[in-house]
Amino acid sequence: MEFLFVLLQAVADYGSMGAAVGAGLAVIGAGIGIGNIGGHAMEAIARQPEAGSMIRSNMIVAAALVEGVAFFAIVICLLIIL
Amino acid sequence: MTSFGKFVITATLLIFVSFATGYAQHDDTHKSTEMHETENGRKKFEPGNFIMDHIGDSYEWHIATVGEKHISIPLPVIVYSEHTGVHVFMSSHFHHGHESYEGLSIAKEGENKGRIVEAVGNETLRPYDISITKNTLSLFISIALILWIFISVAKAYSRRKGQAPKGLQSMMEPLILFIRDDVAKESLGEKKYKKFTPYLLSIFFFILLNNMLGLVPIFPGGANLTGNIAITMILALFTFIITTVNANKNYWKHIIWAPGVPWWLKVPPLPIMPLVEIMGIFIKPFVLMVRLFANMTAGHIVALGFFSLIFIFGEISVGAGYGGAVFSVAFTTFLFFLEILVAFIQAYVFTLLTALYVGMATEESH
Repeated sequence: MEFLFVLLQAVADYGSMGAAVGAGLAVIGAGIGIGNIGGHAMEAIARQPEAGSMIRSNMIVAAALVEGVAFFAIVICLLIIL
Repeated sequence: MTSFGKFVITATLLIFVSFATGYAQHDDTHKSTEMHETENGRKKFEPGNFIMDHIGDSYEWHIATVGEKHISIPLPVIVYSEHTGVHVFMSSHFHHGHESYEGLSIAKEGENKGRIVEAVGNETLRPYDISITKNTLSLFISIALILWIFISVAKAYSRRKGQAPKGLQSMMEPLILFIRDDVAKESLGEKKYKKFTPYLLSIFFFILLNNMLGLVPIFPGGANLTGNIAITMILALFTFIITTVNANKNYWKHIIWAPGVPWWLKVPPLPIMPLVEIMGIFIKPFVLMVRLFANMTAGHIVALGFFSLIFIFGEISVGAGYGGAVFSVAFTTFLFFLEILVAFIQAYVFTLLTALYVGMATEESH
């Protein structure tokens, strides 16, 4: 516990550290979201292989939309650092 | 193609390309921004500046650095200052940003870093700047490329009526039919898709070509045009204008009085639903803009970061540099393939969402 406090003091640039933590959290959100999409898409293709290509294109669209949201957070964190 | 048509296209291409036939610039006394002399004479590599220089805009097109010498294409600087009038000259006079010319110079730090500022009295002001920068020249090059590809494909279709497509036609036809059938007809319906298909095709191929050109590491590619938020802002603005101008009464009715929502969310003193819908009118194109910009810029930053790993390891020792280069090249190759996929996906998602918004705005009531 004290080690963490010492680390916190040593970093001292709370703005940049906040940006780094924010970027990491954004990636967690994107990973969970896109993983969900991919997983459900796999199940759907396993249930009905003929619909495979339709499911694949919808999965990619949904993944791009979720990624767009994650990139919002990345851009804000970059703006803090720069 | 008629010989006059060929002449027009060649002249257009030459006009655009003539901006680039400046003279390659050699400068022996210049130190680059990413290498600085340390006390014992060795250069230190700064990845932050390296990456920012590559994804940003600049007044010259940098091709290579050989030792201390920069080889870059100088571009025209066109500036109007309220105090000293119009200045037009080539950016080689700045000598890579180290000297000033006619009272103008490139700012080194502060809020105008990397842009032209003018020293007036004690302060530095930013004049009206309509220079042909790297991104502008890249825009001209991609416009010339798009015009050449699609005019020749159109001529081929009118010349080869009823025959199977050949050559460039067969590369463009699947993409064009895909956008027309799976994007335009799906979202806009059979009756209205013809009106908006030209716009959808234009933005799809514009975004796709510029994304691809941004991946090419050497001139005429590599300028990261779609990672410039001004370009994506204009594309999103076009979508916003087309959606709003073509919206019918149902669209406005749904915004002010959304059906299926309880009445106490829609009336004053706090009409939450209409407020959210009105914010949505502006947020949807804004998200389009940020999605494309962030995807492209982030991809380039990661690719450049992988490249910088080689030099960062090289700082530690020469052997570590060579060893790290193997992994770095492998990662970067994988990332380039991913970026090609992302280029297609981002162009497709922008076009699909535009089609969806226009479709929702022009929907008949049901």
